[in-house]
Amino acid sequence: MPIYSEKVMEHFMNPRNVGEIDNPDGVGEVGNPVCGDMMTFYIKVDDNHLSDVKFKTFGCGAAIAVSSIVSEMAMGKSLEEARKITPALVAEELEGLPKNKYHCSNLGAQALNKAIDDYLKKQGKEVKSRRRGKNEKE
Amino acid sequence: MKRVYLDNAATTPILPEVVEAMLPYLRDAYGNPQSLHDWGDEARETIEKARGRVAALIGGQPGEIIFTGSGTEANNFAIKGLAQAQQSKGKHIVISAIEHFSVLHSAKTLEKWGFEVTQVPVDGYGLVDPEEVAKSMTEDTILVSVMHANGEVGTIEPIAEIAKVVKKMGALFHTDAVAAAGTIPVDVEQLGVDALSLAANQFYGPKGIGALWLKKGTRIIPFLDGGVQEGGRRAGTENVPAIVGMEKAAELAQQDMSSRIQRLSALREQLIADVSSEIKHTILTGHPAQRLPGNASFCIEFIEGESMLMLLSSKGVAASSGSACTSRALKASHVLTAMGIPPEIAQGSLLFSLGLNNSEEDVDYLVEVLPPIVDRLRQMSPLYAKFVKEQGGGK
Ligand code: FES
Repeated sequence: MPIYSEKVMEHFMNPRNVGEIDNPDGVGEVGNPVCGDMMTFYIKVDDNHLSDVKFKTFGCGAAIAVSSIVSEMAMGKSLEEARKITPALVAEELEGLPKNKYHCSNLGAQALNKAIDDYLKKQGKEVKSRRRGKNEKE
Repeated sequence: MKRVYLDNAATTPILPEVVEAMLPYLRDAYGNPQSLHDWGDEARETIEKARGRVAALIGGQPGEIIFTGSGTEANNFAIKGLAQAQQSKGKHIVISAIEHFSVLHSAKTLEKWGFEVTQVPVDGYGLVDPEEVAKSMTEDTILVSVMHANGEVGTIEPIAEIAKVVKKMGALFHTDAVAAAGTIPVDVEQLGVDALSLAANQFYGPKGIGALWLKKGTRIIPFLDGGVQEGGRRAGTENVPAIVGMEKAAELAQQDMSSRIQRLSALREQLIADVSSEIKHTILTGHPAQRLPGNASFCIEFIEGESMLMLLSSKGVAASSGSACTSRALKASHVLTAMGIPPEIAQGSLLFSLGLNNSEEDVDYLVEVLPPIVDRLRQMSPLYAKFVKEQGGGK
């Protein structure tokens, strides 16, 4: 097992904000091209601020800790501020990640950004029809 | 906290009797087997006796055992040394797609040296079909290597049948028996092989000692150049304490083999039955019957191996996984891939390998702690959420 920082272990053992949001304002789903894992972020936006952030993750310990800390970092932030969460910041916040786990920190920031994109797109378009995001087709 | 070691495929613990047997050779009997005095004589006699014991474990002759520093070394030695010794006859090598990295990467090195390597596929159980081996061989084939048993999924290969095919075509046949020797009956005569690798830490002996059994009269290029040790084929001062440890472990393995197999198979069946019934969407990997006694390998759907290992470890349970995230190269296990297991399923790879140190209580404990771990990770998994949605709304 990779050697993880205490912070990673803490977030892995007690991940914050796991779950989905009913009727989210934005959904961002990314796959990890390196190992094939998946992360989905759900956001609620009030007055240009992230009033709720939740995630689901299929991946390694680092990926779960990354999702958890990204959700925590993003919570309550304005959309502009939330966009400034970079993989490097995520890794720093987690007190470092093993080298071969850096790619997992990309996922978190990407998924969050995608959720924000999704929200903005919906704002510009007809909102209701896409309420449930792109996972809808079944 | 309770601690349960279910990673015997990585290494078995060392038996107390083995440690006891080794101690005198770590302390007082420190002679170099090549020295020409009492100390040397004693050490030489000691390793020659051990050679006989280790040979007996696999039905070979004492003179056919070359001690090595590990199973990996034995495999490197066999693949590279036999290919080089045969290269005037041909340049083609055949291996299976699920070989250990020590065989796989040795074959890669041979490719760089100008040899040609063909990988034989396996079926969904990880079995090599002797017919496929035959098909892949040409006039130019000088060496075939197929493992005796796969430690990752437990499948035991039809080595004797493959050997017949290989012999018919006139090539040499090596088998990596590291996961099999000392665990299940292995007899070089019955198998009809020319070379076979084994390692002591797979049957309750020490680490850092293995052996290559090489059929009498088979030419091989020396692995280490130097002195005359191991018939000049593997130079370097012999690791006397480790050799003695391997001897003791081999003796015990031979003596207790059937009772060990019985015990471990029963535990394995209990583990497989309980995990399969307690956890839905669990796939047993490897052959259901033709399987190493202690091997219980699964793919747990919708979740990933490393996160399972971390949560298991927080409960004191040691296991392993072939998921991409657990590998340094971030690639799913080549064994699972060769068996046709799709990447997202292989991500849920989870291997429990039982050993003599395990009891029924250990299995019970595992079956108590594992389901909540799987549940918890599935609650977090977008794949599982999708699956549930499809199940609920799809029909
Ligand atoms: S998600 Fe696969 S290595 Fe992190």
